[in-house]
Amino acid sequence: MSEKPGQNFINERRVFKYMRVNDHIILGKDERKEMVEIKVNDKTIQAKKGEMIIAALIANGIKVNRYTVKKKEPRGIFCGIGQCTDCIMTVNGKPNVRTCVTPVEDGMIIDTQYGVGRKE
Amino acid sequence: MALRKTGYLTKEELMNLNLYPSEKRFKKGPVAIIECIEEIPCNPCEVACKFKAIKIGKPITNIPILDESLCIGCGLCIAKCPGLAIFTIDKTYSDEEGLISFPYEYLPLPITDSIVEAVNREGKVVSSGKVIKVLNIKSFDRTPVVTIAIPKEKLDEVRGIKRLKSKDSK
Amino acid sequence: MIKKEVVVIGGGPSGLSAAVEAAKKGAEVLVVDENLRAGGQLFKQIHKFFGSSAHQAGVRGIDIASELLEEARECGVEVWLNSAVVGLFKEKKVTIKKTLADNSEKLEIIQAKKIVIAAGASENAVRFKGWTLPGVIGAGAAQTMINVNRVLPGKRILMIGSGNVGLIVSYQLLQAGAEVVGVVEAAPQIGGYGVHAAKIRRAGIPIYTSHTILEAKGVKGVEEAVICEVNDKWQPIKGTEKVFKVDTITIAAGLKPLIELAMMHDCKCSFIPQLGGWVPLHDENMESTNPGIYLVGDVTGVEEANTALEEGRLAGTAIAEALKYISLEDAGKLKKEIWHRLNELRMGPFGEARMLAKNNILTACKI
Repeated sequence: MSEKPGQNFINERRVFKYMRVNDHIILGKDERKEMVEIKVNDKTIQAKKGEMIIAALIANGIKVNRYTVKKKEPRGIFCGIGQCTDCIMTVNGKPNVRTCVTPVEDGMIIDTQYGVGRKE
Repeated sequence: MALRKTGYLTKEELMNLNLYPSEKRFKKGPVAIIECIEEIPCNPCEVACKFKAIKIGKPITNIPILDESLCIGCGLCIAKCPGLAIFTIDKTYSDEEGLISFPYEYLPLPITDSIVEAVNREGKVVSSGKVIKVLNIKSFDRTPVVTIAIPKEKLDEVRGIKRLKSKDSK
Repeated sequence: MIKKEVVVIGGGPSGLSAAVEAAKKGAEVLVVDENLRAGGQLFKQIHKFFGSSAHQAGVRGIDIASELLEEARECGVEVWLNSAVVGLFKEKKVTIKKTLADNSEKLEIIQAKKIVIAAGASENAVRFKGWTLPGVIGAGAAQTMINVNRVLPGKRILMIGSGNVGLIVSYQLLQAGAEVVGVVEAAPQIGGYGVHAAKIRRAGIPIYTSHTILEAKGVKGVEEAVICEVNDKWQPIKGTEKVFKVDTITIAAGLKPLIELAMMHDCKCSFIPQLGGWVPLHDENMESTNPGIYLVGDVTGVEEANTALEEGRLAGTAIAEALKYISLEDAGKLKKEIWHRLNELRMGPFGEARMLAKNNILTACKI
């Protein structure tokens, strides 16, 4: 499989099944059934309605959110609660959106952010 | 203290601190063992025991002391301990085997009558065991208590089972 | 400009309990929180809390959160969610950036009579080669992912740090279905409670004391972690490297109070490592060196949820007293009880350093 820069492709289909915590001794079963569709780097993926963008990405094996300005290094989530901005991506054309504190919406378009995300 | 380095206690340490039931008491039936030796402000176990067999008092950093003459080994305290540090042992179950009950907060839960791998405090498998009971009642607030039967001589060592793999995992 | 009697910045356990105490006595209280849901870190804490049974020991953090939110609702506490406090100006002007339902933003300025800063703390980073790779995350972030977002950040995890956060999150990662290959601790002994360590040892997780993380290796994300032993001068010992195949490295290296808002309003701060770094000073009423500005919870020093709840109650009571909703006498009685509980929670070898540090703060505040 050829990989374009920024495209995160996971070969194993199996990984999707257990990246979500569907049942848990304390949290119980995940009762959220309603799904929405979002586009990540032109690929359509399923997300649970109302969940944070980062959760949908991780559940679909996507761990790289952006590449840095100078060294073009991959970055992903670090603090998880909106403090560090390592998880930012371009959402519906708007750059620097913190994916860990932003919920998904049906039809959302999410792109890996390159650098500071200047609009083309 | 070795606990600070290794992260687990030994029976000898517990005995040296007078925190292990006597063999005389073990011969009478099931009894609780509270493997909690650090001074932490915490006392739900004291309140949990209907027979007032667990004493902490004031200050609540006192190490819990079990009165083995009052304890009947009912195991209600097991699920109440936030540190998951309480067990019950029954050395009178049969000639060869004894029972140990321990908190088990994982999925999948073991199934009654299944054979499991029993682990010691270090997580090493030291015996196989048979699941006698799995209790996950509302008052335990999602801390299921599992009881397994193992060879008697392993009762001072075994404190749990090797976690079971879910059917989803690789 | 909107006027509110009491504005509480941060809807975590300390902020909410301050709001509840003040509102119960009759004050008009607004809680402002930048998240979609109030509750702070409580909604990640799926384990049963320690402490006194008389005060919710044995109850899971998530349940304490639900009860607290319900209580706040019943007391008539107003809550603004999706609202970030972006500035605190003299005198007691709170500037808030509200994100509305259509994702547009609106700036509001509130003139408050009393302010409670309950901004909490944020996780520290440990820098090592490769630490910026995707897959290196805070232990708190891992906890948020598994317990709130219900996704596994990875399948094979190395935990850095054996304090209570490192030990508890390791346990919770197992509960969520991940494999934890080990806990790495630079000090020669385990940092957290023995019972927490015992739980994960029983589960077969090794704890490597006197070890540190050297490097995270990988191309687009973590693929391997290299740890090694350290000597008594905390320096790596050559030849002791151990390599683990992992996809995630979680860092539990402490938290630091988020004191920016306190500093903006000129609250005096002091550097106290035992409490997480720079902390704003407060007196026995949790009032800062700036009259009318109160501080509660982790922002005043990183401790636990239990102490956060009590500090919140203390400030809420003191505010009700200052606003004359309760008498000096009644306030005095309530505050005495709360201080008794706070001191109880700080007893023992694990609380010693914090107890001393907090006493130093009270003394320093008088100067």
